[in-house]
This record gives sequence, C-alpha cells and structure tokens, in this order.
Amino acid sequence: MIQIKLLSLVGSFAENKELAKKIRLEKIIPALEKKQEVILDFKGIDSATQSFIHALISDILRKYGSEALELIAFKNCSETVKKIINIVVDYMQESD
Amino acid sequence: MKIHLPNSAFLGNIDPFLRGFNPQNRSKLEITANKKWISLHPMVLSMVAALGLSLKPEQIYCEKLEAASKHYLKRMGLFKLLKIRSGIKPIHEHEPAGRFIPLTKITNSAELTNFITEMVPLLHLEPKHAAPLKYVISELVRNVLEHAQSKTGAIVSAQYYKKSNTIRIGVADAGLGIKYTINQSHPASTHLEAIRLALTPGITGTTWKEGGTELNAGAGLFFIKSIAKTNRDFLVVYSGDALYKLLKSPPTKTIKLFGDPFQDKHSHGENLPFWQGTVVGMDISLKATEEFTSLLDLIWETVIKSVKERKKARYRRARFI
Repeated sequence: MIQIKLLSLVGSFAENKELAKKIRLEKIIPALEKKQEVILDFKGIDSATQSFIHALISDILRKYGSEALELIAFKNCSETVKKIINIVVDYMQESD
Repeated sequence: MKIHLPNSAFLGNIDPFLRGFNPQNRSKLEITANKKWISLHPMVLSMVAALGLSLKPEQIYCEKLEAASKHYLKRMGLFKLLKIRSGIKPIHEHEPAGRFIPLTKITNSAELTNFITEMVPLLHLEPKHAAPLKYVISELVRNVLEHAQSKTGAIVSAQYYKKSNTIRIGVADAGLGIKYTINQSHPASTHLEAIRLALTPGITGTTWKEGGTELNAGAGLFFIKSIAKTNRDFLVVYSGDALYKLLKSPPTKTIKLFGDPFQDKHSHGENLPFWQGTVVGMDISLKATEEFTSLLDLIWETVIKSVKERKKARYRRARFI
C-alpha cells in the first residue's frame, strides 16, 4: 500500500492539472501496476477543480475500468473535494 | 484597431461597447474614452490590455484622458502593462487590498498558481466567497494556457464593488478563439455554435469522445456557467464574431441548470466586430447564500443527465421494414 499526501505536492487548492498528471503517471499508475492499494490523502486541501481531479484519475478509470476504484481510496476529503471526486467518477463511468 | 471606453460598460450593457470596437488595421491601436466619466467592467480593461499587448508601445495611441475617473485606468495598471504614457498626473494611490486585482498577464502554470494564492488576500475574501472565485479563475486561465496559443497569455483583472457586493472579473486572450479549438473535434460552422458547444458539458475540442481525454473533460466552462447561474449573476463569453450572455435569474425563480446553454435565460449575438481570441466576463455576487458545495450537487445531476441524453441520442435504432 502506498499513501500519497497531496497537500505538499499541490497546495491547499488543488487546481494544477500538470501536477495531477505527474502524480498519476509517477506514483499512482506504477503502484496500480503492482496491484498495490493507493491512498490519496487530501488532508489540508480545502478545494479542488473538476479539471484537477479529472487529470488525476480519469485516465486510470479509462484504462483499468471502474475496478481500479477498488485499489484507490480517497482519504481526509473535504465535502467539496468529495463531491468533485464523485462527479468525475460518475462522469467517467457514464461516458464508457 | 480602435476601442472607445464609454461612460459605462458592465456585463448588463456591454453590447454597445463591443459593437463599437473596430478590429481593422491590426498594426496599431487607438484608445479613446468618454470625456466626462468612465465606469468599466474589468472585462473591458482585460480586452484593451490584450489588444495592446499584441503590439509594441509605439503602435498604441491613447488620447489624453479627460474623464474625472481616468485615474481608475492607471490604478488598474493599464498603462504600466502596455508600457505607454498615460499623461495622468501622479495621485495618491489607494491601498489595493480589499478592492481590486490590477491587470495581470499570466503565461504559464506557475504564474497562475501564484496569482490565485495572492488574489484571495488582495480581495479580503472569506473562504466561502473565495472558493468559487479561485475555481473560476483557475479554469478560465487554464483554458487559455492549454488551448488558446495566445502569445500574450491570459490577461486577468478583477474588482470588488461595494454597492452591489460583487466581484467582477475579466479574462481576455488574443489566441485562436473557441471556434478553432472546438473544430478540432466537433463541427461548429459559426462562432456562436462553437461557444454553445464549449458551454455544454462533456464537449471538448481535444476529442470527439464522450468523457474527454486524460486532461480535458469538457466540463470547465459548464461549471463556470453553473456557478454564475446559481449565484444569479451575469456571464459573458465573446469569441470571433459571437457573443453569449447568461442573464441574471430573478431571485424568486428556482434555479435549474441545463446542459444546453441556449435553454438558459440568455441573449446572444452574431456579426459583432471580430475578436481574435476569447473574452470572458463574470460577476460573482457575494450576497449569494448558496455554498459552493451545495452548488456541486446541482452540477453533478446536470452533467450526468446531459451525458446520458447525448449517449441516448447516438443509440442505433432498430430498423423496421
């Protein structure tokens, strides 16, 4: 299992899509490839944009299917962040 | 090019100002202004700055301003950004905190992150008011950085208006424009149709596929329109020769979001003077009681409904012979 503390990587307002892509490619996907559980820790992050969350996880859902969600957990999410994650997850599954 | 700064140009009455803009002869810019008073939305200032930045200072002519409120343009940093003389005598400048964000050119991701960090304390906002503003600025400017190929980046400005308790923002670029970008993946024969598609959830110029690409969901502008609609505020999008304006919803009316922006209460226009690039103007009322998180529930329902409807529209039908 790996835990990714996002605050130190993206700041308290998660909006930088380039950083989201970097985290996905360099941390999340390698862990998923090894069938490791990934915990994305949003502690200290007040809000995020839909674009950031999309850049962080949508390609994972596209490539690995919604089963990937069984290996990813979202921790310490604010209400806003939770809702945006839900929008992106539902959106990707509806778009299949 | 000629641009005249009128007595008043805010989102509600922006149309005559836009129709008065003359985009011909792109090798020089002439700025004139109302002689008595100028009261302008930041969108107007961002437009003037975006035009001016595509030229050298010696290609810009600004007439001697006489309006009593001419210092506003100086305070918003117009002349400094364009590196031209204002002819306005120095004044004791107001403390910027709590009032406005001067015209700022943003050309990369790091500058945007810094801008957002510095913006909130400058406007003295509470967290519940800062959330939608940060969201809107991030999405609009990232759109410019990713899609517009604007040599001068995104030009952003904002101001707090005490009387209406509203933050007004303007983002302008001199890039490819919405039609060019949308046409990479979707057919839009007019600039207005391109704006309509860009405001529809799930449509992005980066792919024709539902769900977008790894970096683009095609929902950014829809989120912004939804924030404006839920707060019962104006949103203006101007690109090419077309204008879309989301009108204010009356306070008594229940808010309903639509995937198709033409179903919202709005006005639109075509055959306007051609704007090479995209301009967005938005008002964010701080009176709105709706928390940003509650608004997300409404957006969620609409996005999913819109995607389902489009999916259904593409279903193959049984052939009965």
